[in-house]
Amino acid sequence: MDALLQHLVNGLVLGGTYALLGIGLTLIFGLMNLVNFAHGELYTLGAYATFAALALGGLNFFAAVALAIALGAVVGAACERLLLRPLRGESIDTTMLVMIGLWIALQNGELLAWGGVAKSIPHPFPTAPLTLGPVGIAPLRLFVMATALVLIVAAWLLIQRTRLGRAMRATFQDRETAALMGVRIDRIHTATFAFGSALAAAAGALLGPIFLAYPSMGDLASLKAFSVVILGGLGNLPGATLGGLLLGIAEELGAGYVSSGYRDAVGFVIIILVLLFRPSGLFTRAERIG
Amino acid sequence: MLKRWSWMLLVSLSVGALVAPAGFAQAPIRIGVIEPLSGPVAASGNYVRMGAEIARDWINARGGVSGRKVELVIEDNKSDPKEAASAAEKLIVRDKVPAIMGAWGSSMTLAAMPKLEEYGVPMVVETSSASTITKRGNPWIFRISPPSEMEALGLEQYLDKLAVKRADFLAVNTDWGRGAVTAFGDMLKKKGAAVGAAEFMDQKDTDMNAQITKIKGGGGDTLFLTTAVEQITLVLKQSQEQRLTRKIITTGGSSSPSQLIKQAGPAAEGSYHIVFFMPWFPEAMPDGKLAKAFVDEWTKRGHPFEGLTEGFRGHDGIATIAEAVKIAGKDEPKAIQAALWKVSFTGVNGPIKFEKDGPAGKESGQSKPSIFVVQIKDGKVALPDFLAKK
Repeated sequence: MDALLQHLVNGLVLGGTYALLGIGLTLIFGLMNLVNFAHGELYTLGAYATFAALALGGLNFFAAVALAIALGAVVGAACERLLLRPLRGESIDTTMLVMIGLWIALQNGELLAWGGVAKSIPHPFPTAPLTLGPVGIAPLRLFVMATALVLIVAAWLLIQRTRLGRAMRATFQDRETAALMGVRIDRIHTATFAFGSALAAAAGALLGPIFLAYPSMGDLASLKAFSVVILGGLGNLPGATLGGLLLGIAEELGAGYVSSGYRDAVGFVIIILVLLFRPSGLFTRAERIG
Repeated sequence: MLKRWSWMLLVSLSVGALVAPAGFAQAPIRIGVIEPLSGPVAASGNYVRMGAEIARDWINARGGVSGRKVELVIEDNKSDPKEAASAAEKLIVRDKVPAIMGAWGSSMTLAAMPKLEEYGVPMVVETSSASTITKRGNPWIFRISPPSEMEALGLEQYLDKLAVKRADFLAVNTDWGRGAVTAFGDMLKKKGAAVGAAEFMDQKDTDMNAQITKIKGGGGDTLFLTTAVEQITLVLKQSQEQRLTRKIITTGGSSSPSQLIKQAGPAAEGSYHIVFFMPWFPEAMPDGKLAKAFVDEWTKRGHPFEGLTEGFRGHDGIATIAEAVKIAGKDEPKAIQAALWKVSFTGVNGPIKFEKDGPAGKESGQSKPSIFVVQIKDGKVALPDFLAKK
């Protein structure tokens, strides 16, 4: 029983990190209809930016995280402006290839800049766990969970409740009509991609200290983010959140009670089932097409 | 302006071409190297490469092998078995190397092995621990790293001192990790210790809390941990977060205790590590002078100290191949294969000499490397109490 409770808490915390990874991707995927393979690299960028700001710049932890998020937005905006804008109107395959190229280039750039040795990102939280009865949780993980929740709610509010959010939704539903209504669609494209990238960098900045920063860290993050997006449904923020939590708990229980060798398989079996029976995602209402 | 620059470039290139072969009249001996230079275990692979480069430079500074310069042709296997196989093929078919050193991980080495047999080129295995590598009947394999069984045997003598009564395992889900669990499990059972849970993690995994929670519920006193340094760091940190109170012993020699002290901090305190090189006290190695010289050269080149426990493998691997070429008197695969059986010298790890292993008639070569145990005490690497000289 004690072990079950601990497994559930672990799963929830792990799921929170998956949700954080998924929301940035689902935004870009769902709104822009763009398969962003470079998502994991912006995650890596966030982690390294935090490391650099802390170790080289001497900033405090929270300022470093904020700086990493800002940098993610800037790099995201630059990618959109330089790589994606010239390709607007091209088929989804073309942009997908460009994103794969960006992924490889960024990852190798990171390897060149930082070397292959993993970096440990210092953080100000005590390492001793907070315990409640039989269950323990590290303070840093609690902080990350809370921040992830704040970011998810903020992203949802931005999209649902602000003028910018409405313009984003309008642009990606019907570009011509939105343009006719006075929406500056170039800016909206840049803003959306920058926003999604900032969320990826935020995930890297927050999860980097829990794990380690190394050039290929984004690969696993991308894999999990895509899983979460498929579970939750494209562009669906609450879906990505619930999808993340579900994936985290499923992996944790699978590793705890079935076999840890099949941990990732548990996650993918769920995804296959979802694709078979609810292809538009677990948490989306049936959509009318055409 | 541009013209003058290209002119100067041309001159310096031709001067270089004229000067370089002086003393090395013949074509260089090209040795292939396959290491993970990118991907999850890139750090280790790069350290092995740095060690290999030291061996190459030392050999060339002494005048090469029978007057011929040694050259390394280095390929990245990207920490991926598929890439290891194609790297072997490329080195053999396109670069025509007569011998290879590689390929760090057991799964990567196993994937490259059929290519060696297909083309008949020997490979010196510098890191891989899975016992299957020398048991498959591939006569082109010569291993200088210890298989897990040998490592387990090396630890056996200290088992009482370590007071291991009941042990659990957490290992990377590869040929190496699975092999280590079997080898150490068998040794423990033979010595009358109980064997608890055997948990696995993917090479890319970063969150091992599920496995740790499960192990915590089992009630053993020792945890054997088999993976590369990145994952060891994460397991140590997450074990501390979950207050797992176990003796932790890492196997495989890729734990880089100095890096653990830096990155896991207090979470690494008290852990034991099986290593094959002790750069902290080189004088305690079989050839203290060589070990000291290697540490000094490594430091002089500005390589990170924590990489030494991997770096020596590269040195010993290249030194082994160079020795074989010297004995063979020519750089042909078949001659080098025959000569490897006659190699006998002392590397940074200790004496290197191959004995037959595997099915009769198709034996692989297996050297008997030296094995050491160190402990992290007060933020430093030390000999465990039961080994420290009084």
